[in-house]
Amino acid sequence: MTDTERCPVDDLATDYDIFDPDYVRDPVPAWAELRGSCPIAHTERYGGSWLPTRYEDVQAMAKMVPELSSASPGPIVIDLPVELRDQSRQGYNAAAPISADPPEQTWTRKALLPHFTPKAIGPERDYSERLCNDLIDGFIDAEGCDGAVDYAQQIPPRVIASKLGVDQSRVDDFIGWVRGVLEFGLTDPELRLKNSNLIRDFFAAEVADRRTNPGDDLITALCQTEVDGESLPDEVVIGMCNLQLVAGIDTTWSSIGSALWHFAGHENDRRRMAEADDALWDTAIEELLRFYSPVTMARNAIETVEYGGVTMEPGDKILMNFPGANHDPDVFEDPDTVVLDRQRNRHVAFGAGIHRCAGSNLARMEMEVSLKAWFARIPEFTLGDPDAVTWAGGQVRGPRRLPILFG
Amino acid sequence: MRIHVDRDKCEGHSRCYALAPALVDVDDLGNAFELNDGVVPAGMEEKAQLIIDNCPEFAIAVIED
Repeated sequence: MTDTERCPVDDLATDYDIFDPDYVRDPVPAWAELRGSCPIAHTERYGGSWLPTRYEDVQAMAKMVPELSSASPGPIVIDLPVELRDQSRQGYNAAAPISADPPEQTWTRKALLPHFTPKAIGPERDYSERLCNDLIDGFIDAEGCDGAVDYAQQIPPRVIASKLGVDQSRVDDFIGWVRGVLEFGLTDPELRLKNSNLIRDFFAAEVADRRTNPGDDLITALCQTEVDGESLPDEVVIGMCNLQLVAGIDTTWSSIGSALWHFAGHENDRRRMAEADDALWDTAIEELLRFYSPVTMARNAIETVEYGGVTMEPGDKILMNFPGANHDPDVFEDPDTVVLDRQRNRHVAFGAGIHRCAGSNLARMEMEVSLKAWFARIPEFTLGDPDAVTWAGGQVRGPRRLPILFG
Repeated sequence: MRIHVDRDKCEGHSRCYALAPALVDVDDLGNAFELNDGVVPAGMEEKAQLIIDNCPEFAIAVIED
């Protein structure tokens, strides 16, 4: 939908619009209003959905499994036409475990998690440190750069490509495919399906290759994983690879970009991080994750659920408003201020319950490494033309253009 | 002071392991468990309270002896 077709929102409680440009730019005021008047709002837009805004409610709904289901039509925030939904293939899920309920969610997640523990991502940390410095080499002699395009956006697809063991020259394709699925494709279902199929075809070829030419990479490891004595079928591995792209790329680049946006516009915080010790880095990254949480997920009711004064009927979509939960004043003191040394930060930027982001350790590492590398070499920077900054929103919120001036 | 990680509640956010690796470790799936039967060494009580207060699953608690 283009802006010219968009009806203005006159009542958030019954007509919120997660693609409204004002909401995309700054959703915090809308959440605050709703928490006070109608904490679980509803809209008819994009096929209809419910929007919880309180931490307690988001936490509770994340635990309503499977009555609030992640299976088809999956955790997408709009209602896609049936014929354009990610089709399960040969009976297997297109992006398990994220788009599955137990028991399928349980065994697919168990196959994936060992590759994403804090201890398992050491090689990716080493790779990320080299990568970030190489990227900075490319623009440090200029007057500035686009912090989103030239830096944030370049990091996660390369880290994922490295982990998967696929050709780094395909990184631009990855970026295009993921934006085609989750950004431009969210309001253009045919574009979404086209890009989903490009991802699937790419990984079908990669999986076929690893079956005969095993390497030292995640695709090979998944091909060699056995569940109950049986190898994972190709379709399951392809779905997990698809998940690496659609869940691991624009999410993390949004977090890195939001962090740069914050520091470019908040001189005191930037100066503080230029001299930060590891303890401050740890709390600062958690605080940026809380304040600028990029990801809104969704569930679909498969039975009638009465909760919090509303009745969710089978087929209703529920937005898992983790970003809104993280601004709830009942849980976070001074929630709409970035407090870099916030000590108590029980945020749910990576979700809660059985669908906690499987890549959260990887994402945190990428944020830490990319921001430390940036601050070590570019401690002084400001926002360029503020009017040139653009944001994407909906499923994943973060800056897409971010002019930064050095010095 | 003793702490306990409820393994049914833990979903592997790893905040406790990042903040206090002397008190907890993570298994092959990234889920946490307490070290040393949960006994918190003297002087680490504040760290223990910190990991309790930073768990998004409310999975860590003090055990009353």
